[in-house]
Amino acid sequence: MDKRLERILPKVQKPARYTGGEYNQIIKNKDEVDLRVAFCFPDTYEIGMSNLGMGILYATMNELPYVWCERVFAPWGDMYEQMKKEDIKLYALESGDSINEHDVIAFSIGYEMAYTTVLDMLDMAGVPIHSNERTELLPLVIAGGTAALNPEPMADFIDIFLLGEGEEMNNELLELLHEAKLNSWSKEQFLQKASKIGGVLVPSFYEPVYNDDFTIKEFNVAEGAPERVTKRIITDLDKVHFPLNPIVPSTEVIHDRVNLELFRGCVRGCRFCQAGHTYRPIRAKSPELLVEQGKALLKNTGCQDITLLSLSSSDYRELSCLCDGLLDYCEPRSIGLSLPSLRADNFSIEIMHRIQKTRKSGLTFAPEAGSQRLRDAINKNVTEEDLLNTCRLAFEGGWNNVKLYFMLGLPTETDEDILGIAELANQVLHTWRLYATNKNRGVRITVSTSCFVPKPHSPFQWECQNTMDEYIRKVNLLRESIKAKNVVYNWHDPQTSYIEATLSRGDRRMGKVIENVWRSGGRLQAWSDYFDFDKWMKAFEDAGVDPSFYAHRPRSRDEVMPWAMVDVGVREEHLWHEREQCYKSELSPDCRKQCSACGAAKLLKGGRCDG
Amino acid sequence: MDKMRLLFSKTGRAVYISHLDLMRTLTRAFLRADCRLKYSEGFNPHPNISIALPLSVGAESVCEIMEFKLIEEKSPDEILSALKSQLPEGIEALHVYESERKVKELKWIKICGVFEYDNTDAEKMANKLNEFYSAESIVISKKTKRGIADSDIKPAIKQIEFEAKGNDVLVSAIISAQEPTLNPELLCDAVRQLKPEFAPDFAKFKRLEVFDAQMEVFR
Repeated sequence: MDKRLERILPKVQKPARYTGGEYNQIIKNKDEVDLRVAFCFPDTYEIGMSNLGMGILYATMNELPYVWCERVFAPWGDMYEQMKKEDIKLYALESGDSINEHDVIAFSIGYEMAYTTVLDMLDMAGVPIHSNERTELLPLVIAGGTAALNPEPMADFIDIFLLGEGEEMNNELLELLHEAKLNSWSKEQFLQKASKIGGVLVPSFYEPVYNDDFTIKEFNVAEGAPERVTKRIITDLDKVHFPLNPIVPSTEVIHDRVNLELFRGCVRGCRFCQAGHTYRPIRAKSPELLVEQGKALLKNTGCQDITLLSLSSSDYRELSCLCDGLLDYCEPRSIGLSLPSLRADNFSIEIMHRIQKTRKSGLTFAPEAGSQRLRDAINKNVTEEDLLNTCRLAFEGGWNNVKLYFMLGLPTETDEDILGIAELANQVLHTWRLYATNKNRGVRITVSTSCFVPKPHSPFQWECQNTMDEYIRKVNLLRESIKAKNVVYNWHDPQTSYIEATLSRGDRRMGKVIENVWRSGGRLQAWSDYFDFDKWMKAFEDAGVDPSFYAHRPRSRDEVMPWAMVDVGVREEHLWHEREQCYKSELSPDCRKQCSACGAAKLLKGGRCDG
Repeated sequence: MDKMRLLFSKTGRAVYISHLDLMRTLTRAFLRADCRLKYSEGFNPHPNISIALPLSVGAESVCEIMEFKLIEEKSPDEILSALKSQLPEGIEALHVYESERKVKELKWIKICGVFEYDNTDAEKMANKLNEFYSAESIVISKKTKRGIADSDIKPAIKQIEFEAKGNDVLVSAIISAQEPTLNPELLCDAVRQLKPEFAPDFAKFKRLEVFDAQMEVFR
């Protein structure tokens, strides 16, 4: 180990997150591989090591014999200071080598608040942050993840974006890069050829032209590049490579357990939800395979907990038989099975009863809106009756802690809808009084609100966000109307949501803002420990960019969006139709009741959507 | 099944794994090795394992002892060979055995260490340190649960010797493991407090062997 590193590690918090060496890490001989990939997660080890996508792609890239893919995370502030002081470059965990020695620097960007950390990690590696300053082919800087679905804010920094699911696409790109490296292609030559791979988007091939009011007039598309890039999907999840030997962290991480993915996509179509639209079409894994994989994962990791992942677990067709299969293995071994993202219905509570034999502490529901009118408008298909019935069963079953999540500032919201949140909390409390089996333990109902952020590729992509003042007014309104002692109200600060709104629908001009924030020392901005609203405001001012333009301005139907060159499958006409349904407060049936022909099925190329 | 012990080493990158994380890491290794640990009864069952003397983060050891019980009969050799392939880099299973001796009989630890100096003649420094540690008593202030208190560490040092090697000064010592416990870091702190000019720029330690009060190897 580097002598300088040996001296600083005892001085920092949780040093085990900076050393690598965990069980199941992949070590290769660097002299025997042709391409070295530094797979960077622009957040801490604890967050990144909990990310299933990162674990999958780490394994699939390492399947290529000529590639060694290693992990890199952003150091916490104390380690960052020490590394700067000792002039230690950002290094990969497996080899300890600086990542500027790697051929590919790949980022998984799941949320916009990580953007400044991407720049910081490049800089910590001694790599120029701007794509056009990196004139050589290598190192190639690429990025994928949900945030890539609007590539514009990070377009100046990233050479290649990868849209959609990466299992096949990443390796196709690496294969081409392998050829390019062996034959000494220029960067331009490589980017030209790479743009022919499905899902690969080269941002420098799309030059935005602005109108006088800074809306986008059009994109000048470079010759040979596709007008629009369609995201990639895996057609058959049962057949795709899925790693059964994930790395077992030697130190505690956020989700310290086995993650088993049930299906991709969502049948629900909640109008505020980006993931529900961008992860379509719906593709499920078979329950037999899941039970087999779950057992293998538990055996190969020694984890004592397993969790089932998806956007809406209740919508997995064979959930009951899957749980039975897993419980047969888990129960005799004291292994805990948990099931997040359940809908508030009777079926879910039965499942909960089965899997949660001992600790019945908390149940979490996300009604999102307080009144039935607004829940219909956002297409959140949950009725008050469903919710109260579920709570009744939960209270009868011994639960005494319910968390309810809401958003404020949804399109068409009125004060009446907000007061409905307090009313709903009271109804839940009333239900507890009527049906709780053990009243001595008391009850705790937690209401949380956050400020709605309109997202690209969702039906609300044309909508505006509430101003921070308006959000605070609504918070106060709700706070004054919640009177019961057993109901606790928490609200998220609107500042982070405001910045998130500017980034998520940002255009290329936001690049300067992101760079300014990073230059003023803003890293790890998703953490309240480091988030600095004033830095952002100053960065906007210095860049001559108005944040309100992105957050508070309604868009017209025909406005050219910054992500116009990205095709996620769902048609824009469908999104607009859903938006209009919202203004009529009308529900759309879920995919299982009636296919809405959203367009995502075309990605299956003849295959069947499981909606 | 009876109480069993695992003798293991913790070196290289694994020295940064904290005590609590190590317990979880070992628990998982046992499960992967298909050795099912006995769990505590009660509301929140956890495996009944313990590690004799928690090791500081950053220190190496080739003589760590962990106690455990399995719920099924397995021979020590079976357990050892199953465990060997299931451990992270830097942790090595050395020996599995049954034992009746009580951990409190463990009295002395043999350690070695390196005092690193960036700008000093190591030869001269080794002599100065030997002289420093030859004093009758070495009283330093230590943080305790009740605040800061003075304490003489000399009685907890059975043997200590410094010698130069290149730019570094190597230390080897036999120090008290329990009642009182002497953290090897205190060998460095003592110099820092009483003779700051002898203080190293960096120091690290390694446990080599554990003994009982009669200086017989403890297992």
